[in-house]
Amino acid sequence: MNRLSWFNTVSLTLGFAFLYIPMVILIVYSFNESKLVTVWAGFSTKWYGELLGNDAFLSAAWVTVKVAVLSSTFATVLGTMGAYVLVRGGRFMGRTLFSGMIYAPLVMPEVITGLSLLLLFIGIGIERGVMTIVLAHTTFSMCYVSVVVSSRLVTFDRSLEEAALDLGCSPAEAFRLVTLPIIAPAVISGWLLAFTLSLDDLVIASFTSGPSATTLPIKIFSAVRLGVSPEINALSTIMIGIVTVGVISASLISKQALVRQKRDEQAAARAQ
Amino acid sequence: MQSSKFAPWDDPDAKPLIRFKNVTKRFGEFTAIDNLTLDIYEREFFALLGPSGCGKTTMMRMLAGFESPTEGVIELAGQDIAPVPPNKRAVNMMFQSYALFPHLSVWDNIAFGLRRDRMPKRDVEDRVEEMLRLVRLEKFAKRKPHQISGGQRQRVALARSLAKAPKLLLLDEPLGALDKKLRQDTQFELMDIQEKTGTTFVIVTHDQEEAMTVASRVAVMDQGQLMQVSTPDRIYETPNSVYVADFIGDVNIIQGRATPEGEETYRIDWSEGVQPLTAKSSNEFAAGQTCHLAIRPEKVAITAERPEDAANAVQGRVHDIAYLGNLSTYYVELPNGTIIKAQTSNTRRISRRTFTWEDTVWLSWTATAGVLLAN
Repeated sequence: MNRLSWFNTVSLTLGFAFLYIPMVILIVYSFNESKLVTVWAGFSTKWYGELLGNDAFLSAAWVTVKVAVLSSTFATVLGTMGAYVLVRGGRFMGRTLFSGMIYAPLVMPEVITGLSLLLLFIGIGIERGVMTIVLAHTTFSMCYVSVVVSSRLVTFDRSLEEAALDLGCSPAEAFRLVTLPIIAPAVISGWLLAFTLSLDDLVIASFTSGPSATTLPIKIFSAVRLGVSPEINALSTIMIGIVTVGVISASLISKQALVRQKRDEQAAARAQ
Repeated sequence: MQSSKFAPWDDPDAKPLIRFKNVTKRFGEFTAIDNLTLDIYEREFFALLGPSGCGKTTMMRMLAGFESPTEGVIELAGQDIAPVPPNKRAVNMMFQSYALFPHLSVWDNIAFGLRRDRMPKRDVEDRVEEMLRLVRLEKFAKRKPHQISGGQRQRVALARSLAKAPKLLLLDEPLGALDKKLRQDTQFELMDIQEKTGTTFVIVTHDQEEAMTVASRVAVMDQGQLMQVSTPDRIYETPNSVYVADFIGDVNIIQGRATPEGEETYRIDWSEGVQPLTAKSSNEFAAGQTCHLAIRPEKVAITAERPEDAANAVQGRVHDIAYLGNLSTYYVELPNGTIIKAQTSNTRRISRRTFTWEDTVWLSWTATAGVLLAN
């Protein structure tokens, strides 16, 4: 092991302190006995219990999950289709324009996206609720999916598709039997990205939600305006926990797959 | 040898399996294939040989159906194949990168094409087993492509493309990724399989040795045109142009002016103050016409004394020696600066080599050793 120089040690400490102190404080205070967030009164898990009895939070959580699953699924389908056309469609009229435009929502201020969607929904007379949030989230997350998937497609060996055609596949079969299984990891990470984006979105959801549908971020935000309660801390801690477990297991799985592939390849090379 | 009997291209009644008729292919401004006409016969092992960018891969992709000709017609068994999409052609291809499906096992890769044809399950199993036996990969059926070696992958690719028993198999630089030793073994394996299955093979390669080894006929291409189409021995012994002579094997090219001297014999004046050369040629040359004498290094003899009866003899100094183990190539510099290569078999140990650097030697060859070419 190399020892770090004092400069690197300080940099590392400062950087990570900056990143994680706020979250650590939040987690610590979620186990606070006291109702007052800023006063430590001993360890307790009572706020977690109270959270489970809070119907408003639970129903908001349910709405959030529903919206996230639906919107990320739609976004994945649309985003993958878009990526496929842009990478594989050859040179059609306006291709450059389209590929530029697909990135625009990435840099568009959320407030503007939210507002324009709100105007659209009012204009065509859709009642705002779960469906409108799903549509809005699909709109902005599909371009993230399409970026992830198209970066995979660019490096995809095209002769694999040609081989499928050569062996008797129609173009649709070639996509289903060869392309899709191979780009599946990119499609899945696109889905996960869309899912987390949807889980965490506050601005666009506030514009497009109606009285019948409140997502968790909206609920938390409005609750905080009445003062931070330890209950919110507990809720946030649970969310941090879920995200952490998700990220760690995803990276473990992909690392394991990589290790296995390396080992197989070495074994094959030795056998030669 | 089989090639002495098998020569449908010499038979005027033979029907070609593939027929290119005045085919031109352009990519925008660039002409990849330029008004090309070619017949390939059933059971042939046909090699398309040329430097990269000469259009050989484009020809193959047009046969597979991934490109269509800009002008002209390509016929397969007498039918224009332009309107037939790749998945409906009785043509299969072995890709340069092998293009094995990484998510499928060796077994499933080979079965892939058979399943697309809705072949009954039993028949698929039988056929896949047969193919695995053919390429000797029975033990590796359950492995994924990344779990086998390069040579094994290459055999899987071959088995997969042969599984559907195509009329025509296209091989795009099939042995490019293998090392030399494995490549030689595989070349013979390919010829063996081609004979066993009776399939017509068209191979694309830039390796002239490979083309000469495997093919019944070789087409040498340059810039979208066929330079010469013939059997390997004729391409080597009687190239029709300096380009072909130079592309296939090693060659000395001597440029000069021809003067007829009796029947099919020419005097070649090639340098001031140097004795003219004599060459026999069935190609006709007018007096004073520029010509190129192409002589293979192994047809040039190297001796210490001037041979008495040699039709052509020149004196020079050994400039360099390339020792290849079995052969040595002597680079002999003539007084006028020209370098001529002479190759000899190393039948004696290297310590007993007759000539060394800076030795004065005589090079000689017969009147029929070289080929006289106009361009």
